[in-house]
Amino acid sequence: MEERPQLIKLEDVSKEYDGTVVLSDINLYIRKNEFVTLLGPSGCGKTTTLRIIGGFERATTGRVLFDGEDITDLPPYKRRVNTVFQKYALFPHLNVFENIAFGLKVAKRPKDEIKARVEKMLSLVNLKGYGKRSVESLSGGQQQRIAIARALVNEPEVLLLDEPLGALDLKLRQEMQLELKRMQQRLGITFIFVTHDQEEALTMSDIIVVMRGGYIQQIGTPKDVYDEPKSAFVANFIGESNIIRGTMVKDFLVNFCGANFPCVDKGFGEDVPVDVLIRPEDVQLVEEGQGMLKGTVRSVLFKGVHYEMIIDTGEFSFKVHSTAMQPEGAAVGLSIIPFNIHIMRPMQVDAFEEEEAEE
Amino acid sequence: MSNMRFPPWAIWAMLAGLAGFAAMIAASVRHNRGVRRSLFAYPYGLWMVVFTIIPLLLIGYYAFTNKAGQFTLDNFKTFWDSNYEMNKQLIELGMDPQTLGSARGTVNVDTLVYSLWMAFLCTAICLFVGYPAALFMADREFKLGSTLVILFIIPMWMNFLLRTIAWMSLLEDNGLINTILSAIGLPRMQLMYNSQAVLLGMVYNYLPFMVFPIYNALAKQDGKLSEAAMDLGASPMLTFWRVTMPLSLPGVISGITMVFMPSVTTFFIPRVLGGGNTEMFGDLIERTFLSADNWNVGSALSLIMMILILMSLTLLRKVDPEGEGGSTI
Repeated sequence: MEERPQLIKLEDVSKEYDGTVVLSDINLYIRKNEFVTLLGPSGCGKTTTLRIIGGFERATTGRVLFDGEDITDLPPYKRRVNTVFQKYALFPHLNVFENIAFGLKVAKRPKDEIKARVEKMLSLVNLKGYGKRSVESLSGGQQQRIAIARALVNEPEVLLLDEPLGALDLKLRQEMQLELKRMQQRLGITFIFVTHDQEEALTMSDIIVVMRGGYIQQIGTPKDVYDEPKSAFVANFIGESNIIRGTMVKDFLVNFCGANFPCVDKGFGEDVPVDVLIRPEDVQLVEEGQGMLKGTVRSVLFKGVHYEMIIDTGEFSFKVHSTAMQPEGAAVGLSIIPFNIHIMRPMQVDAFEEEEAEE
Repeated sequence: MSNMRFPPWAIWAMLAGLAGFAAMIAASVRHNRGVRRSLFAYPYGLWMVVFTIIPLLLIGYYAFTNKAGQFTLDNFKTFWDSNYEMNKQLIELGMDPQTLGSARGTVNVDTLVYSLWMAFLCTAICLFVGYPAALFMADREFKLGSTLVILFIIPMWMNFLLRTIAWMSLLEDNGLINTILSAIGLPRMQLMYNSQAVLLGMVYNYLPFMVFPIYNALAKQDGKLSEAAMDLGASPMLTFWRVTMPLSLPGVISGITMVFMPSVTTFFIPRVLGGGNTEMFGDLIERTFLSADNWNVGSALSLIMMILILMSLTLLRKVDPEGEGGSTI
């Protein structure tokens, strides 16, 4: 992939509301034409980050750069970004056409140009002929598409999307995910997308920024954050996981559940406590007596594509996904290949984490 | 005009104001589509029939009859010409009123125009003072907003007679303001017994009726809408004119109606704060009923007033059928 230029850069950005810190030391750059997703649980600061980029919030400290230019103090109406708001925020006193034309009218574009561009947008979002309709007569999905059209018609360099699919049902949401991704690729616009839905993030993004408690946890491609999570939090938040406390015996050898496992990680030192991540689909079930561990099936759930089994080895209850079902109570062996054992530095247990565990 | 209680261009100013109001209603109807009528309006309808329609019929009866109970239009003629009854008697006695120098008495019509003019001024002042106040109160960033709301509400807990009399003790020749003025060596001023004092009393009493409907309309507006406008490139000023203001129009129309209606029927305030030349239509009606003991002419005057009010009520209900604007009061 060619190196795209950096378009937006956040430097040491933090935000406080009345003494409560909601964002700390955010350092982030976003390249041109990237689809970047800010992902995290509610209250992680992802929307605040987006609002700082949009100009609706002012960073308490730090700088925001756009194309190398400092825009920290630039009001939203002078920024070359447009936003799709969470609940669309369509103007109820204007019809569909007037809503989409708003930005162009403010920019004092000629009438026939406005008309042509709005019509083009309406067909882009598959709502041709809806111009005269009142926005309140439209369904959620249609309002959503109007909101996207209203932002895109201004040909922004960056489109900010604040959980735009949150109010749609699953089927519609999946369709819109693909549609948004297609639009982003076709129009060549940088998208910054905020969501708490990890699946959505994995499907659409070029880069995922995982956030928590006002900090960035990890930045990487969807494959990176799924396969190589930097912490148990990221592992847990993105996809399902077994996280076991273990000890790094030496390079390429880890000990957990009372057995030594060969692995592909190194550089942690010797006899160091670590967190071991094993994805449920990476645990292979073998005959009893074979494999590295043995355990008993505690429960079986049918999940459609696969079965989800909880297998108790006495020291740890593994969550296992497999297309082959083992009946409850069966004694089985567990086998894990070295490549699928992922070692992480242990997470500091803080008050924040316990709070989350309660949720 | 027989006297100079209102400037000669008052009627044109009021007509311009009326045109502006009509334009506002048109804009509001255009901007706020899909206004629906509710079933819950029906109990109110019943109330209207019992306590409004029946008294209205009684007033109609008195207005169109004379003291003997016979049908007549004389009461309305008296509205147009306050000397009508007297002149009629003169003619019956075989005399010519004109040679006696008895011309048309314009006091009733003048009082109505004066009342409309005062109400118009009061409404305009309330709008220009009240809208910014409501804007501040509804501003979520402005921390004193809720304090301001309470400050506007507290005086309303007091009876309006009391509030008016309080103004009297401020404005009197030996009132608080003049006492302070003379204490710091400034000349005393004639603050009371003129139209300005009446206007002040009216604005003071009716301002909350303007502020709260507008405040309600502004406060329930989704803050994301103005953010969206700014996001699309509109400066704060343009955001106000394109989004905030059009969406608050139902509140403005409620406010205008709710100030104009009581203003035009104002009584007592002119009697307390005004001089001999500031009688308003409400006082005229009261005087005709009670002092002159003429229920027939009084009813005719009331009917004329009522038609004006019903017209504005109809307008209001067209624009704001749920009465959302006035719900705080």
